[in-house]
This record gives sequence, structure tokens and C-alpha cells, in this order.
Amino acid sequence: MQATPHHPRWTRDAFRAGIMATMPLLPGLCAFGIAFGTVAARKGFSLLDACLMSAAVFSGVAQIIVVDAWPAELTAATIFAGAVVTALICSRFILIGASMRPWFGAMPERGLVYFTLYLLVEPPWLLGSRYYNNGGRDPAFVLGSCAVCWLSWVGSTAPGYWLGASIGDPHRFGLDLIMPAFFVVMLVSMWQGARRAAGWIVGGVVAVATVHLFGGFWYVLAGALAGSIVGGFVDD
Amino acid sequence: MVAAMAAAVVLCRLGGYWLIGRFTIGPRLRKMLNALPGAVIASTIAPILVTGGVSAWLALALAALTMIVVRNDFAALAAGVVVAAVARASGL
Repeated sequence: MQATPHHPRWTRDAFRAGIMATMPLLPGLCAFGIAFGTVAARKGFSLLDACLMSAAVFSGVAQIIVVDAWPAELTAATIFAGAVVTALICSRFILIGASMRPWFGAMPERGLVYFTLYLLVEPPWLLGSRYYNNGGRDPAFVLGSCAVCWLSWVGSTAPGYWLGASIGDPHRFGLDLIMPAFFVVMLVSMWQGARRAAGWIVGGVVAVATVHLFGGFWYVLAGALAGSIVGGFVDD
Repeated sequence: MVAAMAAAVVLCRLGGYWLIGRFTIGPRLRKMLNALPGAVIASTIAPILVTGGVSAWLALALAALTMIVVRNDFAALAAGVVVAAVARASGL
């Protein structure tokens, strides 16, 4: 069912519902933000610069990777390289953003839509997809989820910065597995039969093959493209 | 540099949405877009499962099982996190 301007939209209730739906992720989000804070501290960033980057870029993987590889001198070439790496890492959002079109495209408030898209990361997107599949149409749900993610991301950069090296290795307590666990949980709630899962398997296989053959960050985009194309054809 | 990175992110997050707005989304494309969430998740976690070892398998399997049985995000995530911590702490 298409969303129409007659559905309630941008309501406080939906915003709150989006916040509540994202709360289980808070530990994972904060762990991630703390990890970035430690990397930034290690590379000699000022606290303000670290927090500004978290606020403006809002991409954990990109931030950690670019800061870890921060050049000794900021030239046009190194800045361009940093931007290219960020674009590669975030390339999956080209598809993810496109997938919001059936829902958000019906919203006349384009400013709010693009603002929400700017803050879109996987949790709001996945939680929002489930909400939409269950009949939800209010985009404030997504924005509420984005708000939790953004606030916890920016807010945990500072503690990570101060904790510095004492936090040790995030792998030690399985902190790096929190987000993958969230993805798996969402995958389960998306189960619609083994036939539909064919696209998932194709996506996974293509992703693994891509990263093994080429390394880098293409693999999510490659797997997502392959998986959604196959999934689109199997869904008949 | 931060500005350049932010611009790259904007290009991806907003650009895809904007670009597809120039096309009419037919039924086949819509089905593909519907299949996207599962495909993105699979693409993200498959390499982790391949290289993550026993702790990754255990944690993700427990999270999935808990979700199947209990149908509760928080419980399933908590189960996965606990298993991940225990598995990693015991050297798996």
C-alpha cells in the first residue's frame, strides 16, 4: 500500500516508537563510537575535531578507516583519496537510499526527507523497513531511530577519546559482533520463506567472493546488487 | 577532509534516493528493492561468518535462534552479545 499524504506523518508518537525500537542497540552503538574515539585520540585528533567528524560524517567504518590512515599532510590528493574511500564504504547507501523512495517519495516535506536520509544508517533503515512492511507509514519512525543512532554515536566519541588505549581490543569481549548480531536478528524477522532467501544466499556468496578476490569495500555493494536482483526475480 | 568525507556520504545517502526518483519504479524494480534489506545484511555478515571463527558462528546462531523462539529484538540481541563475550573471553 502506497503511503499517501492522508496518512499521519512526522508525528511525535512515531518518532518515539522509532526511538524505542532502536534502544536495544544502544550498547552496540556506543561501543562503536567509543572505538572511533580511541582511534581518533591515538592519531592525535583534538576532541572537538573527533566529535565534529562524528557529527558531520556519521559513518563508523569510514571514520575509523580514514582516521587510521590519516595522511601526514593534507593535500588535495590525500583529501580526494579520503573522500573516495568514504564513498566506497558508503556505496551501499546508494541502493539503500533508493529503496526508501517508495515510502519517502510520497512525502511532500522534501527537506525533512533529505534530512532523514542524511542521517540514515543501517539500524533506522532496517527497523524502518520492518515497520513499513507491517503497515507503518510515518517517516518519523525512521527519524527517531536516526536520532538515537546519531546522538549515541556523537555522544560516545568523547568517552572513547578519553578512555584511549585503556579500552583494549574491542574483539576481546565480542563487541565487534554486536552489529552483526543485530543484522541477523533483523534477518530472522524478515524471513518470508526459503525461496525468498535465495537472494540472501546469492548476496552472501557474491560478497565473500568479492572480498576474497578484490579486497576493499566493494563487497557489500556487489553482494547487495546481486542479492537484490536475484531476490527480485525469485519473488513471483 | 571532514567536509570532503561528509560530501561523499551525502552523495551516497541522498544521491541514490534522488537518482531513482527520476525513474518510475515498476513491479520488478520494486521487488528488487524489497529484496535489498536481506541482500545487504547477507553481504555484510557473510564475510564475518567466513573469517570470524567459532565465536562469530556461535554468537550469530544464538541470536538467530533466540529471535526465532522469543520474537523479541532485545532478548535475541542480548543472547548474541552474551555468547559473543563468553566465547571470545574463553579464547574461541
